[in-house]
Amino acid sequence: MPPDLQLVWLVTRRELKDHFRDWRVLLPLAILTVCFPVLMNEFARAAVSFLNRFNANLILDRLVPFSILIIGFFPITVSLVVALESFVGEKERGTIEPLLCTPLENWHLYFGKLLVGIVTPLVASYLSIILYLLMVSQQALNIPSSLALLQLFLLTTAHAILMVSAAIVISVQSTSIKAANLLASFIVIPVAILMQGESVILFWGNIEVLWLAVVGVLILAALLIRVGISHFQREYLLGREIDVINLRWIWRSFWGYFRAGTTSLLGWYRTAVLRALARLVVPVLFMLAIALVGVWMGYDWSMDNVPGILENAGPDYQARLSEQAFLSPEILDFPDRISAPALFMHNSSVVLGILLAGLVSFSVLGILVYLINIGLLGGVFGLFQILGLPTTPLFLAGVVPHGVFEIPALILASAAVLRIGVMLVTPQTGKSIGEVVIELLADWLIVFIGIVLPLLAIAAAVEVYVTPGILLAFLREG
Amino acid sequence: MIETRDLSKQFGDFWAVDGISLDIKPGQILALLGQNGAGKTTTVRMLTALLSPTRGWARVAGYDVMKHGRAVRSAVGVLTEQHGLYMRMTADEYLNFFGQMYRLSPEFRNTRSLDLMDYFGLAEVAHRRIGEYSKGMRQKLALARALLHDPAVLLLDEPTSAMDPESARLVRNEIARLKSSKRTIVICTHNLAEAEELADIIAVVYRGRLLIMGTLEELKNKVLGAPEYEVKLSGPWDAGQLRLPEGMELLSRKPEGFRFKVNHPETANPQLISSLVSSAASVVSIQEGPRSLEQVYLKVMAESRGEIHAA
Repeated sequence: MPPDLQLVWLVTRRELKDHFRDWRVLLPLAILTVCFPVLMNEFARAAVSFLNRFNANLILDRLVPFSILIIGFFPITVSLVVALESFVGEKERGTIEPLLCTPLENWHLYFGKLLVGIVTPLVASYLSIILYLLMVSQQALNIPSSLALLQLFLLTTAHAILMVSAAIVISVQSTSIKAANLLASFIVIPVAILMQGESVILFWGNIEVLWLAVVGVLILAALLIRVGISHFQREYLLGREIDVINLRWIWRSFWGYFRAGTTSLLGWYRTAVLRALARLVVPVLFMLAIALVGVWMGYDWSMDNVPGILENAGPDYQARLSEQAFLSPEILDFPDRISAPALFMHNSSVVLGILLAGLVSFSVLGILVYLINIGLLGGVFGLFQILGLPTTPLFLAGVVPHGVFEIPALILASAAVLRIGVMLVTPQTGKSIGEVVIELLADWLIVFIGIVLPLLAIAAAVEVYVTPGILLAFLREG
Repeated sequence: MIETRDLSKQFGDFWAVDGISLDIKPGQILALLGQNGAGKTTTVRMLTALLSPTRGWARVAGYDVMKHGRAVRSAVGVLTEQHGLYMRMTADEYLNFFGQMYRLSPEFRNTRSLDLMDYFGLAEVAHRRIGEYSKGMRQKLALARALLHDPAVLLLDEPTSAMDPESARLVRNEIARLKSSKRTIVICTHNLAEAEELADIIAVVYRGRLLIMGTLEELKNKVLGAPEYEVKLSGPWDAGQLRLPEGMELLSRKPEGFRFKVNHPETANPQLISSLVSSAASVVSIQEGPRSLEQVYLKVMAESRGEIHAA
């Protein structure tokens, strides 16, 4: 074993030994490992006799995979207890300082603790699943295919890594086990929702989609591990004694960063906004590249799927669609049907949605929302082409007038969200994770208030009062 | 060796350590004295590269604590404020675990662990869980952990706290032995007698600042002034016949003796004794007045508190 990995294993092995000497860890783990498969088996037996009465074969087929998902999850919950106290527990017992005084690097300690959190509960989880499968094999139930089993084992592993990596981030940032336990709800609730989603996928029948869940959960876990290592500081484990929400400090830090020492609006634009924009150059380029991909994907989707949809709908529908969508005289009544403020609010809420989705997923979901929004453009472009409409002129008349304001606003806001995710997973020396988040949110708000909101306001006004006129003039000429 | 300049650490608005400069050479022991919360532990943590200085720099065993944290930690043995032992491990498992952390060879690890446990009287209980140990035994084991990799620099926070007098003597002897083998040692302690016995340099820290630093004699002279002596005589004597040597100041006079203060006792005191003998005064004893580190410490602390109140 390479010397560095030996050190990681050393940390893990010591804690594993400690766990195997602690009945408080072993007993619940043993109970969860043995009792749940037995209970689940009894439940399956009852469910089979019930469902057979209604010939609900689809549910019967999915019952075992669903049970495996649940059985695998219960022992993993122990991983939370183990991981949550990994750093903060040692801090409370005073054992962390001698460990930190050794020549171990941060990542040795971090991965050592991560492995401890994952290994014990995961072994219990696998044992539990195997026990259940053995019991199921004695019944008239179908054991899932080996591919489905692989998926379920991987999903269980991904859940364990996700929960442990999140718990360790909390453990490093907390100052007491009590605080860490209270914060655990931020892990349990999202994972419970995730499992509900996975169960829906299982029963929905499209088991292939579970691969996406496996990949998605693993990516999120990898990002959490990255965040944990990036913001792991020995100093934080030793420096703080109590958790205090210092609202004054939060506000002072945020306001200082947001105002950037300026006293006038012009000065703020010259300093804070320009600086924030300069920091967004690379993210903007990245978002432009994503935009191109999104447009292409939307266009491709339209070209692949829309003809089939239209064909199924019939020629009358196609003719009605062309007429209603683009040739309606009601187009000039657009301001009466939707107001500029309403459009502005809608677009602003989309941008806020990108921020919120980005914040809970290190930008991944935020970028996904952005991709879908931009993809719509490509989709509409494809639809125009399929309908045999003059695509480019229609685009120039119907999208470009307000799009020149709206699209840059969307790109800038999304680039700022991307930067939040990137900076969170990047080591920031001398700054706590709280300071980093405050600065990033302030940066996002500078761009949002200084550039995005004005652009969206102009775009909404143009879309309501100018674009319909241009579009109608073009259509009349056509 | 340990070298620091303007070493400072700020937590929020609070300066836990403010501008400490030290020079401790191999074979020297520095005793850091001060109240709880004075900044001793923070200083030690910066010297161990656990906390990064807000201002200033520190070099330990030739390594910059900011740039070469891992090398610093490899060269330093630390006895932390809390002993921080894993209660479910046995002593031999514990030392073996830390030995592996320091990448000691299995042979060295075993020999060294056995030697240290033997020295500290833990050999017989080496296979018992640490949770069963007494407070003093735990402290000795923690000290053994700090010495395990034979470090060039030792940072010891209250090394003899919770120990019985016999064990404390054992530890003090070990520290003295390490000093003679050219180790650089820092002791944070409230035990002034221990500091007086072991330290070459004594530093008093108050609210993160270094109030005073020097050898014991330097501190005594600086804080308490010139040494005082008391002469006891067997009976009444004629004070008119006494000629005090130059630099000597008479403080009080009684029929059976007198007290005086002198800047250079090594030259003045022999002259005084000759003078007393020639004047037929029957000298019973000549004794230096008590001037302990405790007096120095209390005076320094009182003065610094007074200064702060005055400010």
